[in-house]
Amino acid sequence: MKKNIQYIFAGILFLGFPLVVRSDYYQHLMILALLWVIIGSAWNLLAGYTGQVSFGHAMFFGIGAYTAGILAAKFQVSAWWGMLFGGFLAMLIGLFVGWVCFRLRGPYFALATLAGGEIFRLVATNWESLTEGMVGILIIQSFRSKLPYYYIVLALAFLCVYVIHLVMKSKWGYYFVSIREDQDAAESLGINTTLYKNISLLVSSFFTGMAGAFYMNYMAFIDPHVVFSLHYISIMAILVGIVGGVATITGPAVGAFIMVGLQETFRSAFFGLAPQWTSQAHALVFGLLVIFVILFLPNGLVGDWLKIKRNIFRMGVSR
Amino acid sequence: MAILEVKNLTKNFGGLRAVDNVTFRVGQGEIFGLIGPNGSGKTTIFNCINNYYPITSGNVIFKGKDITGWKTHKVCHLGIGRTFQVVKPLARMTVLDNVTASAFCRSGTIREAQSEAMKVLDFCSLLDQKDKLAKSLPVGGRKRLEIARALATKPELILLDETAAGLNPSELTGAIDLIKKIRDKGITVLIVEHIMKVIMTISDRIHAINFGQTIAEGTPSEVANNPGVIKAYLGEAYAQGERY
Repeated sequence: MKKNIQYIFAGILFLGFPLVVRSDYYQHLMILALLWVIIGSAWNLLAGYTGQVSFGHAMFFGIGAYTAGILAAKFQVSAWWGMLFGGFLAMLIGLFVGWVCFRLRGPYFALATLAGGEIFRLVATNWESLTEGMVGILIIQSFRSKLPYYYIVLALAFLCVYVIHLVMKSKWGYYFVSIREDQDAAESLGINTTLYKNISLLVSSFFTGMAGAFYMNYMAFIDPHVVFSLHYISIMAILVGIVGGVATITGPAVGAFIMVGLQETFRSAFFGLAPQWTSQAHALVFGLLVIFVILFLPNGLVGDWLKIKRNIFRMGVSR
Repeated sequence: MAILEVKNLTKNFGGLRAVDNVTFRVGQGEIFGLIGPNGSGKTTIFNCINNYYPITSGNVIFKGKDITGWKTHKVCHLGIGRTFQVVKPLARMTVLDNVTASAFCRSGTIREAQSEAMKVLDFCSLLDQKDKLAKSLPVGGRKRLEIARALATKPELILLDETAAGLNPSELTGAIDLIKKIRDKGITVLIVEHIMKVIMTISDRIHAINFGQTIAEGTPSEVANNPGVIKAYLGEAYAQGERY
């Protein structure tokens, strides 16, 4: 009961936010954070719950973004169709990526997906007749105000988290975690591990692709350097998952807000209060934060919340 | 009627022939033992039966069907359950979730799978630990969890790989009783074991191997008196009749 009240309260806050906070700048930050809720949660399904740690989620983000962009720029179809088609195309590519990469495990899988992301970036950069290469794709924004974009991404974020919640409560959830814990034992218990790894990948890539298409619609400009970026997309997805809490439902959401907040705090040099050089420090801070989390809070802020309460707030009973 | 037939099974790992032309038949409802020194290929034979390792040559026939090369999860669905010698608990899941996950093999909904899991946990005397994380179980509990997981897939044949290893004497009695209960349920048991008390007392027939090759097959007393078996286990001196 208490949990439901918390969710309703949070829901009201999110729904009312852009009506209360009218600044374009802060609305933009919230939209980014909600975008990362989607990407982080999708990554978490594959990596945190199913144990297949992907370093190449930019593949799916970029495919979604370019699907939307190419539909608009080349076929004169509204880029919003890209949300649907981008998601499906990302799933298709996901199947191919799974076919190649799932024969590998652990760090080898991670490296293979990292390579995959880079391959797509290079293809997008060089296939100029399709993607305009480094020139990028520019479209006309559908809305001048940020409000519609905010509510669309909020709905998407809610949908993504809710679907993942339902999936994890179902038989699939048991299977995904079994695969993560011990793939060989799972196989011997009758679990078709190849099939379920691919299912996890399909759901994960669909939402990431949709997020990419949304990004195209919102920013109105993309290029391969950003949407297929190892640093800005793939690694950021991992950070969001780790800091918030892998293998929790709300972890990536918490992580998204923290990482976007941190990123912006440093990029703007503490909103203008700190010396200029601090704007370059965000990569360093991210690195330190990840080290801190891995050493002391391996289950992330949400996963190790009890531990945090015990040590910082001196509340709760030791177990 | 033979529920399992292993015919001319051979498994090579590169140049090493781990299993060399092994043939045996397991009758329905019996407890069939597989013994041999460490490294003789017993676990490899298990791994070949459910295709955890691909077979080099030979056939595995289960309930009349040739299942050689079938995917491991399909073998499980057909009715062969197995435990691992080095236990593989799904560590960060609870005991109940471990067994529920494997009960989905036969049940469609979570409710069904969980109730089936509770029954199996009760059968294996693990019900009081159902909410503990699997990684917090001591070795005796982990071994019983391996068996419980395999039982939840409702097998007709269960492969038990050294399920009594590392148990103290009272746990050992419990393990023997559990295996007998499994047989009484109508499940055929193929068991690998080193502990003579276990395998000699409960097996109906035993197959002995060494260096991947069959050295004897028969009732426990026949095999125990076989000179080849004595030599393999206890050394040449015993085989030739010397005693300490």
